[in-house]
Amino acid sequence: MTSPHIAPGNSLKRLMTHVIIALIPGTLAYAWHFGPGVLINITLAILFALMFEALALKMRSRAVMPHLTDFSAVVAAWLFALCLPMHSPWWLVLVGIGFTMIAGKHVYGGLGFNPFNPAMVGYVVLLISFPREMTTWYLPGSVSGEALTLADALAYSFGGADIHQWDALSSATPLDQLKTAVGQHMAISEIRLSPVFGNYGGKGWEWVSLGWFVGGLWLLATRTIRWHIPVALLGGVLAMALVFYLADAERYASPLFHLLSGAVIIGAFFIATDPVTAATTERGRIVYGLLIGFLIYVIRVWGGYPDGIAFAVLLANMCVPFIDYYTQPRIYGEK
Amino acid sequence: MTTRREITHNGLWNSNVALVQLLGLCPLLAVTSTVINGLGLGIATLITLVLSNSMVSLIRGFVRNEVRLPVFVLIIASVVTIVELTIKALFYDLYLVLGIFIPLIVTNCAIIGRAEGFASRNAVGPAALDGLMMGLGFLIALLILGGLREIIGFGTLFAHAELMFGDDAKSLMIEIHPDYPGFLLAVLPPGAFFGLALLIIVKNWLDLRRPAPQPQPLEAAADSA
Repeated sequence: MTSPHIAPGNSLKRLMTHVIIALIPGTLAYAWHFGPGVLINITLAILFALMFEALALKMRSRAVMPHLTDFSAVVAAWLFALCLPMHSPWWLVLVGIGFTMIAGKHVYGGLGFNPFNPAMVGYVVLLISFPREMTTWYLPGSVSGEALTLADALAYSFGGADIHQWDALSSATPLDQLKTAVGQHMAISEIRLSPVFGNYGGKGWEWVSLGWFVGGLWLLATRTIRWHIPVALLGGVLAMALVFYLADAERYASPLFHLLSGAVIIGAFFIATDPVTAATTERGRIVYGLLIGFLIYVIRVWGGYPDGIAFAVLLANMCVPFIDYYTQPRIYGEK
Repeated sequence: MTTRREITHNGLWNSNVALVQLLGLCPLLAVTSTVINGLGLGIATLITLVLSNSMVSLIRGFVRNEVRLPVFVLIIASVVTIVELTIKALFYDLYLVLGIFIPLIVTNCAIIGRAEGFASRNAVGPAALDGLMMGLGFLIALLILGGLREIIGFGTLFAHAELMFGDDAKSLMIEIHPDYPGFLLAVLPPGAFFGLALLIIVKNWLDLRRPAPQPQPLEAAADSA
């Protein structure tokens, strides 16, 4: 067949399958370092998401099966589950996914019409509603010295666990510890001596970030996503971090620490690149990525929360119509 | 001329201040974190509406058209001041909870809306009834929204009833489940918007399900002609 007749072979299902494959290395690294809780979260989230999706489609009198098997709900649920603390009660997943699918997606008319990233909507609802559950994070096995089995994690999710045993394992995330300690006027070099920090970022977390990075590069290589948003977002974080790091290295963590802690890498490659809610013009995507990167750093360093991907993405989502309007490409032959 | 039945139906359902006209959203969204707060503000608004509607209706023959709005505002402001002082005297704790939202009833568009739209064109009787029904419609919306947000947000119902009914009313509080973690979103401002949206959905859904009034059978009319 000649050029105008070659089918592109792209479909929503293919796109979403690529994203799922790209999420695997990071997810495995996560489970390796922090135990099988994250796998339970992902499984529960996907089950609940398919349930809510089917329910919403049924209520809206839409065809159920074609939408369930395009995997968009699976991707949203997977990304949402990765935002949760690694051990979360099942009802937390249920409430968050409910908001993701219903308030984040279907009230606007379903996939393609939602102005806000659905997974981030669900996550933010949980973050402001259940501060205790959402800030109970656990140490990686290499720090706590306890390898949690699948049975332990299941017991936690479904409420049969011995809370006191778990309390000993819980800990603030590296970003949270850094923020608290800097607030108490400790120097970064002093803070970094704590065992939760690894060579570059948080211990364990740096490997997870590397996993997202590998998956993200594969997404770029298969042209599932374009380079503009990830590069601009990482550039935004790096530029902000570098300026303040050079100004005062004892108060502001290194750029590499910011990149390899928390959710910057997964945010850059998987969350901000959501084709529905991101800017669509090429220049617009760069502005959008830079804005998110800038906001992440601002929220982390001066805001009330240790990490700020979700808020940054939602705020940037709001600006998308404005960004797209002012970055329309020039039509050839027009001024 | 609107009948009593129509006035009642409009106030409670068809032109419900909160769910259809979407007026008075500021107090509606701000104080409905519990049923009792909603009840307090709802009653205050109800009394204001009845009094202001009656007074506007009484003076409607004497006020020149050009100055009617300032006059209405003056009347409403006086009524609200009376209501505010009364609440301060009788339910001081409730007054502290509702705070600025009682004087702000002056700015509730529903009140001047009824004064301008209904009371200034009708006799005292219908005007007072209209105020009562509009106020009741608003009060019911406040109660349902307050109940919804209180149950979801705190897992209780009728908490702090002692603010209105004295210390004996403390036992009115119902706790859904002792281990309920509380869903903060429902208590925070976004929860008010979500709750109001849900109520509007339910109302519109009920309206849609209700069979439309049957038109006169045209064929029968044509046959007889």
